[in-house]
Amino acid sequence: MADVHAEAVHHHTAPTGFIRKYIFSLDHKVIGKQYYFLALASVFVGIFLSILMRWHLVWPDAHIPLLALLSPNGAPGGVMTPEYYLSLMTLHGTLMVFFVLTTAPQSGFGNYVLPIQLGAEDMAFPTLNMLSFWTTFVGFVVLLATFFITDGPPISGWTAYPPLSAVGSASGPGEGMGQTLWIISIAIFCIGSLLGSLNFIATTLDLRARGLTLTRMPLTLWAWLITAVLMLLSFAVLLAAGVLLLLDRVAGTSFFIPAGLILSDKVLSNHSGGSPLLWQHLFWFFGHPEVYIAILPGMGVTSHIISTFSRKPIFGYKAMVYAMMSIGFLGFMVWGHHMFLSGMSPYSGFAFSVMTMAIGVPSAIKTFNWLGTMWGGKLRLTTAMLFSIGFVSLFVSGGLSGLFLAQPPVDVQLHATYFVVGHFHLVMGVAAIFGMFAGTFFWFPKMFGRMMNETLGKIHFWLTFIGVYCIFMPMHFLGVAGNVRRYSRFTEVDFLNTPHILDLHMFMSYAAFITAGAQLIFLFNLFWSMFKGEKAPDNPWEATSLEWTIPSPPPFDNFAGKHPVVYHGPYEFGVPGAAKDYIMQDSPEKVEGH
Amino acid sequence: MALAFALVVALITAVSVYIFAAHVWWFPVNISTHGAAIDHQFNLTLLICGIIFVLAQLGLAWFVFKYRDQGDGRKVIYSHGNNGLEATWTTAAAILFIGLNLMGYRIWAAMHFTGAAPGALQIEAQGQQFAWYFRYPGPDGQFGPIHVDKVDDATGNFFGLDRENDATAKDDIVTATLGIPVNREVEIFLRSKDVGHSFFVRELRVHQDLLPGIEIPIHFTATADALNHSSDPKLPNGTYEIVCTQLCGLGHYKMRAFLKVMTEQDYEKWLQQQAAAQ
Repeated sequence: MADVHAEAVHHHTAPTGFIRKYIFSLDHKVIGKQYYFLALASVFVGIFLSILMRWHLVWPDAHIPLLALLSPNGAPGGVMTPEYYLSLMTLHGTLMVFFVLTTAPQSGFGNYVLPIQLGAEDMAFPTLNMLSFWTTFVGFVVLLATFFITDGPPISGWTAYPPLSAVGSASGPGEGMGQTLWIISIAIFCIGSLLGSLNFIATTLDLRARGLTLTRMPLTLWAWLITAVLMLLSFAVLLAAGVLLLLDRVAGTSFFIPAGLILSDKVLSNHSGGSPLLWQHLFWFFGHPEVYIAILPGMGVTSHIISTFSRKPIFGYKAMVYAMMSIGFLGFMVWGHHMFLSGMSPYSGFAFSVMTMAIGVPSAIKTFNWLGTMWGGKLRLTTAMLFSIGFVSLFVSGGLSGLFLAQPPVDVQLHATYFVVGHFHLVMGVAAIFGMFAGTFFWFPKMFGRMMNETLGKIHFWLTFIGVYCIFMPMHFLGVAGNVRRYSRFTEVDFLNTPHILDLHMFMSYAAFITAGAQLIFLFNLFWSMFKGEKAPDNPWEATSLEWTIPSPPPFDNFAGKHPVVYHGPYEFGVPGAAKDYIMQDSPEKVEGH
Repeated sequence: MALAFALVVALITAVSVYIFAAHVWWFPVNISTHGAAIDHQFNLTLLICGIIFVLAQLGLAWFVFKYRDQGDGRKVIYSHGNNGLEATWTTAAAILFIGLNLMGYRIWAAMHFTGAAPGALQIEAQGQQFAWYFRYPGPDGQFGPIHVDKVDDATGNFFGLDRENDATAKDDIVTATLGIPVNREVEIFLRSKDVGHSFFVRELRVHQDLLPGIEIPIHFTATADALNHSSDPKLPNGTYEIVCTQLCGLGHYKMRAFLKVMTEQDYEKWLQQQAAAQ
């Protein structure tokens, strides 16, 4: 069966010409790199915005040089206005969630590695793949354009709740053209994601090499497959919600706007019958699977790397697969936990909270299995392995704080405080990012034919690991004390305007500045190694999956016209009686009693 | 490297646990009758999660150190897993997590599945960009109708009342401070004038979003303890800050009002003063 499908892929000849090779490439490896660099650019813009935010929170009246140049309206004389803080916050969240966390782990690494791990010469639909990247890129440009219009980016957060986001500039600066462009950007991003996810699913189901049954797939492939299904189902809903919001704004509909609202001293008389709660349901129906989209690929990478560098099979392969499937499935049933206090029926709230506690179970299983993989292993502490072990620590910390928020009576005190901000940053803003760092150090040799510098890698790891705990662990303490989120400054509320609160913010801001600076080490390592790194062999890590059977970097069609055959599962490390401490998936070696 | 990792993780674990256990940053005093149960549920969750946190982080630290490759040719323990263990920890986690959740059921039910008792003091609270206003029904016990076209912040007619033509609106008392008596159940009807807001008083353990288009009732009772504390040393006793926690625009950070908890007599006096100033 796999043979027939493998032959069905159009055997393309090597691309010629600069445009075909590097711009409108159909090669999944080039497209994967394009997505990766798009995400890299986004993360540096996103980090820059967060530095501006952390600066403003501790020095709200400071003159920030050059900010007046970027936005004369947003920061007259270089002093950030409250609305500009909210604009920066909105773009920070939007860039990070969409253009970093949904882009690099899935579209970046997935595009590059998935076809090779499957034994295929490219994705099932290479042209669709190219279109999905360039669509995403257009979405990015539209989003950044909001910085350069008069009123600036929207101020409604990445969550864009109506009526604030639905009634136009009457509700605040940035809510005119800025909000409209934001919706258009996200809608374009949705389309790019839908196209990409179709490709991943078709390729994984149809183009597996002979012998590569589903239960012999590396956990990275499972993670990308399950994530693609989540993307297909959830982004469709976000696209629909975005269209409805756009219609409310420009076509006089009232999906989300009730009657009788008074904004800027005027009664909004041309809307009635809508409910802001409908947006919340639609948005979070997407928004919750979205966070699993952000983390599942990182979980797959973590499993893959921990097994490889422990020189042991993954502990509980089937349990890991079922856990990822459960997380994906349950992920569609918990969206209401973002809405416990929203005015939604409290009975629904209770139902959502039970499902949310349930989703902690597969997450716990995965954590136990990562520990089980390390138990009795022989750990090689490469930079990739350090980031993967760091992922486990951060996922434990971030995941546990979710157990508080999942309970409605406890959420009463913690909702919309920094406790939530600490929670989602630890799981998304750090653990998922660590998955990307681990993936970078792991696959860089394959992608660029050179090794990254391990010393610089380790320095970067330590500064980042300690730094992120210093930034985000204190947020939980502040949340318990009642520190409300999305405030542009803390000077107008007495219980916040005290050294007890403000000193901790100062500590977090310094930690943020140092940790952000440390990322320059990574950036330098990345680009320097591309040109000056030690030449990489085919399989520098002595790993077992199919990408390590081909040269670094691979030829344009991956397997040079051959069709690999798979004989083993993906994690045959330390097999007693084997010739070496690992057996490649395509090795015909048979081991007695195994 | 392995030792460094183990020590760093152990240090992070120790510092985090200490800060939580020592209540360095902690909830403010509880001043409501339902608050103790919420605090208890939080503390129980903290204990359970704290134990898991310590075991998992130190377990990770220990394994990284113990199983590091020391170049001694040691063979790994070749294992694909253990189904018995999987079943055990899956069941344990499920019972623990879902059990914890079910324990909090009664608290949520008391807050929301049952409404205020008849005879509760009824107050309306309106959130708007960027202030809070409150309305008391006055001696007739009825709130006058709201006319959105009559809302005029400049003249202080925040609720759009037509006192001349609506009999029930004549004696309504509109205030910028939420005054309540101790030991008496209060029912607040939350409404929004414009966009989403959220009403939060930390000490009351009361937190509810305002949803434009509907009125949402919440209920609570302030205890006598409320007379002896405040949100901040700068504020007089009995004074607590009401803050907005739902992003509502550029003034979200300063959308703050005060809750004043008073004895029954002081409350009546205060209400009369507010009525006289209408």
